Amino acid sequence: MQLSELRGSPQHADRAFRWLATGAAGVVLVVLALIAITMTDRARPVLERMGLGFFTETTWSVPTGTFGALGFIYGTLYTAVIAIALAVPVSFGVALFVTQAAPRWLRRPLVYTIDLLAVVPSVVFGLWGLLVMGPALGLHGSYATAGIILAIMITPIITSLSREVIETTPTTDKEAALALGATRWEMISAAVWPHSRAGLVGAVMLGLGRAMGETIAATLVIGNTVHVTANPLAPGYSMPTVIANEFGEAEPLHKSALIALAVTLFLITIAVNLVASWIVQRQARRSAGR
Amino acid sequence: MKRLATIRLGLAMAALLAPAGCKKKEGGATLNGSGATFQKAAQEIAIDAFARADAGKGITVNYAGGGSGKGRKEFADGVVDFACTDAPYKAEEAATVKGGEFFYIPNVLGAITVSYRLDGVDKLQLSAATIAKIFQRAIKKWDDPAIAADNPGVTLPGVDIVVARRSDGSGTTENFTRFLKLAAPDAWTLGSGSTVAWPGDTQAGNGNNGVAQVVKSTNGAIGYVDLSDAAENKLRYAAVKNQSGKFVAPDAASVTAAGDGIAVDDKLLFSALDAKGDAAYPITAQSWCMLYAKQADPAKGKAVKAYFKYLLTDGQALLPQINFAPIPKALQEKALAQLEKVQVP
Repeated sequence: MQLSELRGSPQHADRAFRWLATGAAGVVLVVLALIAITMTDRARPVLERMGLGFFTETTWSVPTGTFGALGFIYGTLYTAVIAIALAVPVSFGVALFVTQAAPRWLRRPLVYTIDLLAVVPSVVFGLWGLLVMGPALGLHGSYATAGIILAIMITPIITSLSREVIETTPTTDKEAALALGATRWEMISAAVWPHSRAGLVGAVMLGLGRAMGETIAATLVIGNTVHVTANPLAPGYSMPTVIANEFGEAEPLHKSALIALAVTLFLITIAVNLVASWIVQRQARRSAGR
Repeated sequence: MKRLATIRLGLAMAALLAPAGCKKKEGGATLNGSGATFQKAAQEIAIDAFARADAGKGITVNYAGGGSGKGRKEFADGVVDFACTDAPYKAEEAATVKGGEFFYIPNVLGAITVSYRLDGVDKLQLSAATIAKIFQRAIKKWDDPAIAADNPGVTLPGVDIVVARRSDGSGTTENFTRFLKLAAPDAWTLGSGSTVAWPGDTQAGNGNNGVAQVVKSTNGAIGYVDLSDAAENKLRYAAVKNQSGKFVAPDAASVTAAGDGIAVDDKLLFSALDAKGDAAYPITAQSWCMLYAKQADPAKGKAVKAYFKYLLTDGQALLPQINFAPIPKALQEKALAQLEKVQVP
């Protein structure tokens, strides 16, 4: 039989399916583009007034109409970095434990518990941080407090994704390593790690995205004061929290400044995702080449 | 056949709906309002009493709060029957109100206290300039000469001052900063607005309650909190120096006294901040509700008039028990006259 015979002429169902799928993909892109366009348009008044200063100044004064977003951008990145630094080792550790080391009877309950953590509403974490954890550790609202709460919030996501990635390691690879006399740790570093590295990066990036966009929990524990400092105990502020705090009573120019912050957050999130997918692709290519 | 069935169904539905329509004519209506959280307690106590009064029979009133800005936005979009706000629309915003012409109805006055916790000091007096310096962190210790000058004969401890302020945008912040700008123009440099560029070493709290919480739990703390929340949290608050040079503590009487010294324009807009009069508490804020001049729905229109008539008459007497103050008599008459002008189809 020839290939052309197999192909034949496209059937109606095939064609309809193709249009439907293309349409669905198109709708997503159009919505994304519309969001970007309308938001940027509304952000224009403040960008025209502040110019590049919007991104480089730290003064945010509504009465004088000075809007510098640097303090909020810094706070967003700083808390996200703290959160990732705390959450990644724990998440990977738990994922490896569940998939490689835990006794069979413990796996299922453990996985359930972690997945359950992921559905706790963020405001619950925030209130707990404000009323219980903060006072217990002697912490006021600060970068550190927010970072810890965000770390707790993103741990379940990173753990769940890493576990699934790690589980895709072919049994043959693992058994081959063990057959060569590898210890369990050597097996993990020789078989599991190279296989899942790209997926793990993806898991971390998703966690990072959530940490940067978290609003309610962060508002409760971050301190809500602009400070560009490396001191983790200083109160801070982040982009989503200032939007949530000030949008309700904002006047036109102030509102435009808050929308400009939203656009900035949008762009940073896209950049993070692009970097992540670039890393994942490069990794995939490298492992394929091996 | 099919058409006939549709007609029959329509008739049946009309028959079902008819009694409900009749009931509505007897005064069954639901009013939805939103806006200023400053006067939420005042709305709630009035709504509760109105539901039990004769005038309120069959009328349900809901007040959702959410902030002055939210109230103005929702009133402009026409999604609420009335809205309340601590600050009137800016000229360009007023033009966006979909329901056309509307009236401001002033309905409540309230004090913003300068609440503090300083163990061992039960009475404190502050002038506007000193308050401005404290909140700008120009004064950092309680035994500072400027505070001592306002409080002759009081021994002040050398404790660090902790300033508590709002983290969220708020009409309370707007009125407090506007007072400082009015009464201490030389000392206050941060301007006025729903949020200002507070110094970095101040503590932020969410809502009046959030600020009250910081003040309550920290020795040496000071913050601005509306009288209702300050009283509820059992905070101490300072007597503030007014235009006549007298130190006056915030209470229902001194707030009403501030109302006596105000100038009202023909839209019933005014500011009670830094008011004249010996007995006036100077950080007195006002709040309005807004009503459409031409009501679209007869039942709702009637209900709006009934509720606001209650709010401006019997409702005023309820205010002191929740630490708000009635508006002055002269203003009350003007507000009632404005309410009369609301047209119901």
